[in-house]
Amino acid sequence: MSTNKFSNPVVRWIDHRLPIFSFMDHELNEYPTPKNLNYFWNFGSLAGISLVIMIVTGIVLAMSYTPHVDHAFQSVERIMRDVNHGWLIRYIHMNGASFFFIVVFIHIFRGLYYGSYKAPRELLWILGVLILLLMMATAFMGYVLPWGQMSFWGATVITNLFSAIPLVGDSIVTMLWGGFSVDNPTLNRFFALHYLMPFLIVGVVILHLVALHRFGSNNPIGIDPSGPQDTVPFHPYYTIKDFFGLSVFLSLFAAAIFFFPNFMGHPDNYIPANPMQTPAHIVPEWYFLPFYAILRAVPDKLGGVLAMFGAIAVLFILPWLDRSPIRSGNFRPIFRIFFWVFAADCVALGYLGGMPAEGIYVVLSRVATAWYFLHFLVILPLLSVIETPKPLPQSLSKSVLGGTAMVGAASAVKEKI
Amino acid sequence: MMKWRTALIFCWITFVTNVFAAGSGDVVLKHKDWSFNGPFGTLDKAAMQRGFQAYREICASCHSLDYIAFRNLSDLGYSEAEIKAFASEYEVEDGPNDDGEMFMRPGIAADRFPAPYPNEAAARAGNGGAYPPDLSLITKARANGPDYLYSLLTSYKEPPSDKDVPDGMYYNAAYPGNLIAMPQPIYGEDVTYADGSPADVSSISSDLVYFLTWTAEPSIEKRKRTGVKVMIFLLIMVGMSYGAMKFIWADVKKV
Repeated sequence: MSTNKFSNPVVRWIDHRLPIFSFMDHELNEYPTPKNLNYFWNFGSLAGISLVIMIVTGIVLAMSYTPHVDHAFQSVERIMRDVNHGWLIRYIHMNGASFFFIVVFIHIFRGLYYGSYKAPRELLWILGVLILLLMMATAFMGYVLPWGQMSFWGATVITNLFSAIPLVGDSIVTMLWGGFSVDNPTLNRFFALHYLMPFLIVGVVILHLVALHRFGSNNPIGIDPSGPQDTVPFHPYYTIKDFFGLSVFLSLFAAAIFFFPNFMGHPDNYIPANPMQTPAHIVPEWYFLPFYAILRAVPDKLGGVLAMFGAIAVLFILPWLDRSPIRSGNFRPIFRIFFWVFAADCVALGYLGGMPAEGIYVVLSRVATAWYFLHFLVILPLLSVIETPKPLPQSLSKSVLGGTAMVGAASAVKEKI
Repeated sequence: MMKWRTALIFCWITFVTNVFAAGSGDVVLKHKDWSFNGPFGTLDKAAMQRGFQAYREICASCHSLDYIAFRNLSDLGYSEAEIKAFASEYEVEDGPNDDGEMFMRPGIAADRFPAPYPNEAAARAGNGGAYPPDLSLITKARANGPDYLYSLLTSYKEPPSDKDVPDGMYYNAAYPGNLIAMPQPIYGEDVTYADGSPADVSSISSDLVYFLTWTAEPSIEKRKRTGVKVMIFLLIMVGMSYGAMKFIWADVKKV
């Protein structure tokens, strides 16, 4: 059957026994993709490439890194100075974490706006949230490895959060630390887990892709393609579009790596960890600031921890909070306004997370935190009931091409195949 | 070239300004137009050599330079013979020898700069309880490092009348909190430069900034030079892939 597709006899022989070529042809070549995807759909492939970049640079860094409290900081400086192109590899890895999060955040907000979490893509969305959670854990532990001041104190603050859990909290913290303070055993296990978790992410990413390919990509109109006239084969249409997106992404990434590599880092992390001296302000990496703001907004320690994890947990049940059958925000006039208010709220939380927890910032953090949960728990369920959506177009081709030209488009695409 | 930079800076300025502002307090920084600033920045070798001399003659009595080996000085334009001569001026502990004894020998190019104190406690004891930090990474370990360092070295002043300066502390307008345990290190004419360059407080401070910017990141010049080439490559790639995309999509979009 599908083996006939290949002219090379070796490929045919292998594919008959192990259909990897059919698989690749089906999932990467002919895979039908909505033809109206905009540039926001580039960020999925960018996230995947970021993950690969992080794993490759990370493995190379691990070859020269020493996970010991007396040597970690030095070994990183040796990478920067004495390892051939070590400075480049480390700056790629360091800035890669930030860029990975930028890409993933845009990817998530795209899903939020275009309703990509709605049936039948609920599991696809849940797997994505799981990836976010794993990424956060991996990034946090990676930031500890250089064993600078922010590494050490960040680790101390965040691991201490678990002590808020009733009854078993202190035991959990002791277990995380491997002792009674953040010390060498902590660094060792963080290194082991930081090396392990990216591969768990790879596993979940594969499931994410399997779930994606079950129904294919959502699209800006949010209605399902009604037939081949609404889709194009993934290759060459989206391979080239993803390649163009990658070029733009790499340009921005390279600009950061080569011209301001320490811009997103904290200068204190170039001071070796000192358990006897607390930095003036302990701040996490920028991508954790919104969650940090939520944590500090709640006056109670356990409450703050619950709110912080709740901010992620609420994403898991999002498909059942937003019951509107309309996927795309383009056709939901009220949702659309609240979406942008929510996006602004997240940026505000990020800003507040970097500010000292005093005065007006505390009040604003509380308002922004309340709004975050209000959006998911009240506004979205309510909108699904009260909102009158705009009329949806009948098909993707119609909305893209303006109706009558549909047939011509379909035949043109077929010729290309 | 400046456009993407501005755009990127704009994107993250909110986050990072807070992070940076958090540590600086009520200080006034002097901003200088360093030769290593910007995407085409380079290090000034003559200034680095003068800064190296100033480090050895002024700073090195209290501050270590742990991450720099004598061999690294070739970056400053010194020949192998000159580097060996610098190294041999220092006595370095080595061993144990065949008898199990540690011994002193003249330094070699592979040695790192010997620290002025054997450990932190000794350093504190020698400096009224304050610990002179290692200078290798100092320009990266402070917000706006080069400007900060220059400002710190040139901002020793008479304290304002309402400021109480305790014993063993000194007033410095650029230091967070304005009270620093390091006495004014540079008064002008502290060193005599072989090339006859001015040796006033500002010049020596500036030379030190060049030297310590290099110690913090010896690859800084290479990084920027590589970066320019990489950016040219990537911008061509952006243009070509955009053209290819438009070409491939032409028959889908136009119909």
